[in-house]
Amino acid sequence: MSQPASRLDFEAVLVPLAAIVVSLALFGVFILCNGVSASSVYYEMYRGAFGTWFSTQNSLTRAAPLMLTALCTALPAHLGLVVIGGEGALVLGALASVVAAHLLASFGPWVVLIGMGLTGAAVGALWLGMVGALRTLRGVNETISSLLMNYIAIGVFKQIVEGPMRDPASLNKPSTLPIGDANMLGSLPGMDVHWGLVYGVVACLFSYVLMRRTVFGFSARMVGGNVRAAQLSGISVTKRVIATCMLAGAAGGLAGMTEVAAIHGTANASLICGYGYAGILVAFLARQNPLAVIPVALLLGGISASGGLLQRSLSLPDATVNVLQGILFVVILASETFYGRWKRAPAATVPAPAASVVAEVA
Amino acid sequence: MEGEALGLLGVPLAVIGGALRVSPPYLFVSLGECLTEKSGRVNLGLEGTLIMGAMSAYGVSYLSGSPWLGVLAAGGVGLLLGALHAYLCQQPRVNDIAIGIALMIFGVGLAFFLGKPLIQPTAPRLPAFEFGNWSSSSPLRAALQINVLFAIGIVLAFAMRYMLQRTRWGLLLRVAGESSDSARAMGYDVARIRLYATACGGFLAGVGGSFLSLYYPGSWNEGLSSGQGLMAVALVIFARWDPVRCLWASLLFGSAGALGPALQSVGISGGYHLLSVAPYVLTLAIMMMTSSAHRTLLGQPAELGAAK
Repeated sequence: MSQPASRLDFEAVLVPLAAIVVSLALFGVFILCNGVSASSVYYEMYRGAFGTWFSTQNSLTRAAPLMLTALCTALPAHLGLVVIGGEGALVLGALASVVAAHLLASFGPWVVLIGMGLTGAAVGALWLGMVGALRTLRGVNETISSLLMNYIAIGVFKQIVEGPMRDPASLNKPSTLPIGDANMLGSLPGMDVHWGLVYGVVACLFSYVLMRRTVFGFSARMVGGNVRAAQLSGISVTKRVIATCMLAGAAGGLAGMTEVAAIHGTANASLICGYGYAGILVAFLARQNPLAVIPVALLLGGISASGGLLQRSLSLPDATVNVLQGILFVVILASETFYGRWKRAPAATVPAPAASVVAEVA
Repeated sequence: MEGEALGLLGVPLAVIGGALRVSPPYLFVSLGECLTEKSGRVNLGLEGTLIMGAMSAYGVSYLSGSPWLGVLAAGGVGLLLGALHAYLCQQPRVNDIAIGIALMIFGVGLAFFLGKPLIQPTAPRLPAFEFGNWSSSSPLRAALQINVLFAIGIVLAFAMRYMLQRTRWGLLLRVAGESSDSARAMGYDVARIRLYATACGGFLAGVGGSFLSLYYPGSWNEGLSSGQGLMAVALVIFARWDPVRCLWASLLFGSAGALGPALQSVGISGGYHLLSVAPYVLTLAIMMMTSSAHRTLLGQPAELGAAK
C-alpha cells in the first residue's frame, strides 16, 4: 500500500487483540481456580478448534450459520437499529424451506435446493421486515419486538413440527419428514464442510459492498447517522428501514435453510440451538462491519467446536467454553471505550510501535 | 389426576395455582428491571443473573441447610453482576444492550459450569403459606399455596412504587432516568445513581432466580429458566415502568404460561405451544396499539436509549 495506514486502522487491530489476550488471561485465572492447568486448556482448545484438519472443518461448519445470523444484527445496525431477531428468522426460514422441499420434491434436487433457499430467505425477510415496519410505521421498539418475535417464532415452529407436519415415525424427537438424501446440500470440494460456508462468506461480502459502496448503503447509513438530515435530503426512511430489515431476515432465513439442507435433513428442535443469539454477539464483536463478521464467526465457531474436546480430555464441563465466550464478549465490548484514546496524534502518520504509543499517552 | 375429578372447573383453578407458582420469578426480575430502567439504563443481562441466582441459591441452601441463606446468596451474586454491568456501561462508548447480552451469556455459562455438581443433590426448599388448609379438596389446597418469597415480592412492589413516587431517593432515581443533565446540574452523580439502581435490580433478579431453584420447579438443572430474565424487559414496557403494574403483568404472564399445562391436565393438548407464546403475542399487540411513531410511550424514562 502506498498510503500510510491511519491511526484508526492501527487501533482497530490493536484494541481487539489486546482484548483477546486479556480475556484469555482472565479465563486462565478462572481455570487455575478450578485446579486445572491453564496451558493445557489453551492447548486443547487450539487442538479442538483449529489444531487438526478434522477440527478445523468442524469449526468452519459452525461458523457458516453464524456469519448469516450475524448479518441479522449487523445490517440494521447501519441504520442505528438494534435488531436481535436472528433466532426467529432462522427457525422459521428452516421450517419454510422444509415445506418448499416437500412441495418441490418431484422436480429434482437442484430445483428443490433453489426453492428451499428462496423460500427460507423470503420467510425470514418477511419476519424481520415486520420488525422494521413496526419500528418505522408504529414506533415499536425494534429490540423488544424482535426479541418477542423470537419466542413467537419458536412457538409456531414447535406447534407445526409437533402437529400438522410431524413425521409419525419420529417418536422421541418430533421432526418433519426428511427432505431426502438426494436433496441435501453437498460439501465443498475436498473437504467435509457444506456449501453454507460459501453462502455465509458471499452474503457478508455482498453486505459489505452494499453498505459501503452503493447509493443504497450510503442512504441507509445516513439514516443511521441522522434521521432528520436523511429526511431533508429526500430519503424515505421507512423504505430504507424495511428493506434493510428484510435483507437481514433473508440472511437469517438462509441460515435456517442451510442448517436443514446440510446438517439435519429435517426440521426439529435441534435447530433451536442459539445460533441466532450467538450471531448478535458476532455482529457486535465485528463492530457491525460485515467484512469483520467473517473472521469473528470463525473464531466463535472454533471456540464452540472445542467444547467437546475439553469435556473429553480434561473432563471439564461443556459449559467451560460458554464461560470463555462470556468473558471474551464482556472484555471485547468493554474495550470499545479504548477507541479514540490516541486521537491527539496526527491522523496520517505511519503507526509507531506499540511501546512508543503507550509512552505518548503516558 | 385430581384435576380430572373436578372436570372443567379444574382448569381455572389450575391456572390460578399455576400463576401463583410461575409468576414470582417474573415479578422479581421485572421489579429489578423496572428499578434499573427508571434510572435510565437497560440491563438485558438479567437472564444470566437469574440463572446464576438459581444456581448459587441451590448450592448455598444445600451446603448450609438454610434456604434463606440461599436466597441471600442469590441476591448477593445478582448484586455483583448488576454492579459489573453498571460499571462497564458507564465507560464511554460502551453499549448497554450489548454488554447485557454478553453478561447473559457469561452468567449462564458460569452457572452451568459451577452448577454441574449440584444437579444430583437435593437442597432444602423454601416454605409456603397454606391458605387452602380449610378445604378438603387437594387441587384447591395446591392452588392456594403461596410462597413466602412471593408474599415478600407483593409487598415489595407496593413499597417500590411508594419509594419511586414519594421519597427523595425515588425522585433522584427518576431525575437520573428522565434527564441526566438536570441531575448533573443539581450536583448529583448520575453514574453512581445508575450503579446503585442496576446493582439493586440485579439483587432482585438474583432473588427471583432463587425462587426457581428453591421452590418451583424446585431443583437445579440447565433447563430451569424459560427466558423469564429476557421477558422482564418486555414485561416492564407492558407495565409502563410502574412496580405495581409489574405485579399484575407478572400474574398475567404467569397465568398465560399456566394455561397450556392446565388445559393439558384435563386432556386438551392441542395448541400447547401456541398457548405458551400467548404472553409474547399479547405484549407485542399492546406495544403495537399503544406505540406511536411520533411520541414515546407514556411513563417511559426519557433517558432510556434502547426503548426509544
